[in-house]
Amino acid sequence: MSHEVANDRHPLPREGGRGEGSQVTEHPVLATEGLTIRFGGHVAVNNVTAEFRPGTLTAIVGPNGAGKTTYFNLISGQLPASAGTVKLYGEDITHLGAAQRTRRGIGRAFQLTNLFPNLTVLENVRLAVQSRAGLGLNLLSLWSDHVEAREKAEHFLHRVALAERGGETASALSHGDKRKLEVAILLALEPDIFMFDEPTAGMSVDEVPVVLELIGYMKAQGDKTILLVEHKMDVVRSLADRIIVLHNGYLVADGDPAEVMNSPIVQEAYLGAGVADHV
Amino acid sequence: MMTRILSGDFPRSRLLTALLLAVFAGLALAPFLFPGARAINVAATICVFVVLAASYDLLLGYTGIVSFAHTMFYGIGAYGVGLSLHGVGPTWSAVLMGLTIALGLSLGLALVIGLFSLRVKAIFYAMITLAVASAFAVLASQLSDLTGGEDGRSFGVPEALRPGFRLVEAEIFGTAINGKLLTYYLVFFGALSLFLFLLRVVNSPFGRVLQAIRENDFRAEALGYRTVVYRTLANCLSAATATLAGALMALWLRYAGPQTTLSFTIMMDILLIVVIGGMGTLYGAAVGAALFILAQNYLQALMRQASEGLTAVPLLANLLHPDRWLLWLGVLFVLSVYFFPTGIVGKLRSLKRE
Repeated sequence: MSHEVANDRHPLPREGGRGEGSQVTEHPVLATEGLTIRFGGHVAVNNVTAEFRPGTLTAIVGPNGAGKTTYFNLISGQLPASAGTVKLYGEDITHLGAAQRTRRGIGRAFQLTNLFPNLTVLENVRLAVQSRAGLGLNLLSLWSDHVEAREKAEHFLHRVALAERGGETASALSHGDKRKLEVAILLALEPDIFMFDEPTAGMSVDEVPVVLELIGYMKAQGDKTILLVEHKMDVVRSLADRIIVLHNGYLVADGDPAEVMNSPIVQEAYLGAGVADHV
Repeated sequence: MMTRILSGDFPRSRLLTALLLAVFAGLALAPFLFPGARAINVAATICVFVVLAASYDLLLGYTGIVSFAHTMFYGIGAYGVGLSLHGVGPTWSAVLMGLTIALGLSLGLALVIGLFSLRVKAIFYAMITLAVASAFAVLASQLSDLTGGEDGRSFGVPEALRPGFRLVEAEIFGTAINGKLLTYYLVFFGALSLFLFLLRVVNSPFGRVLQAIRENDFRAEALGYRTVVYRTLANCLSAATATLAGALMALWLRYAGPQTTLSFTIMMDILLIVVIGGMGTLYGAAVGAALFILAQNYLQALMRQASEGLTAVPLLANLLHPDRWLLWLGVLFVLSVYFFPTGIVGKLRSLKRE
């Protein structure tokens, strides 16, 4: 009954192609149109329309409760939209579940560590490699026989400096290492769209650079669409090509980092007078 | 070679290896080592219950699904083969036909129950399976024209499996090579292959996804695994294996009835075997089934001996009176769950680590 699942991803419809410096003119990979979700009377994300293009790192900022993570959940399919659409390569994927969206190339790392606690660190990453390879429904081959999947998983663990800890159970890792593992799992999915939800939250100072370098590296590839929710303004400034500001569920600013940072509405809504100087 | 047969899943504890080898050797040579009718019956029951408990562990221990419908699938297998042999006559084609119908029915039911209810919360799924299984048990006893009602159905088996059949006239180690022996080995090798098949499934990429779903289904879904598909497939596999176990039991007993297959007592036995042996490891099912069935069959006799030996101490003799064997069986369960919360296998493996 061994069964290879075809990968149902779109080929990347590129105009310029990688390395020609034409990233910004390419079609949007991902777009949300009028995306809205209501929880009872509360509208957590309200009519948000935005497009995301390959080769661009978009930082999504806003105060706590602004709807950033909820917006992520709507894009990756963890929550169903009340109204509006999510489009991937121009195709409406609003009706698809989280698993199908992942298979189409939307990869997501979670803000609250979300792992398989009693499986080993390596197994956590391997499950992502295996999902990407479409091996999940393979019933009769031995897990340990898929050497290429293991090597790939080890490679991604190495990337986040966790190679030595592959044999430990995920629950035994420190908070910072769990965050790194979360990033390794996202890398292992090899998505077209990377969604990082506060990847460095709760990390110690010396651990942060590993993750930031990785995000920088992904960005330098030029063909990845990266969405980043981040509170640390220095991180946002160093990485972002574009900033979207959410406030009370509304998109209140969208554009070039310097421009957005200096716009009065952002200063007031998000940064507050005191923090503005810091930025 | 061993790696392939055991799917790379070794016992990982010397004591456990010894225990498993003892169970395996005991079962493989049972007709020669323990010639009595009762002993061989116990051995066959252990074989079937190893598979039954292992297939249940695929759901409970590996996927984290609590189902009470396992005996229903077991019963479908037993009744399928039994009613077919009863209706058509004692031929192999009747066995095959009964098996095919039973497997079809089991898979269909498992699929429907799975698709309709594996989306809901675990407790609701448990309740739904309980309801379906109860309904099925009532149905089996009400349709007495077909199933024989509460009395069940006795039936003839193909000639090669009848006690009167002799494969060779000579005896080996004082044991006649007759149909009963052939039936025993049909049960033994059937159970062994099913067990090894399950061992392969849980050590396949699919098996790891099941564990991932048990650990964190939300995250498994986010990795791109449609958990409903995986859960339903695990449900179907488990149901099919239980059906085959039921068919083996029916061939062994030459009888299918509600008490031996569909009763809730058996469901509880399976649960206890899996918990005592250790959830999430198939070896637990093997060790658990062997100990459980042995205790169920021999504890009473053991207590009778102890009680008779202790007549000098009336209090102890009274406490160990064979009529109280169920009480002591209960005490043994409580103690084993208390001292081995991760089951016998979990305990043995952690001993090694220390």
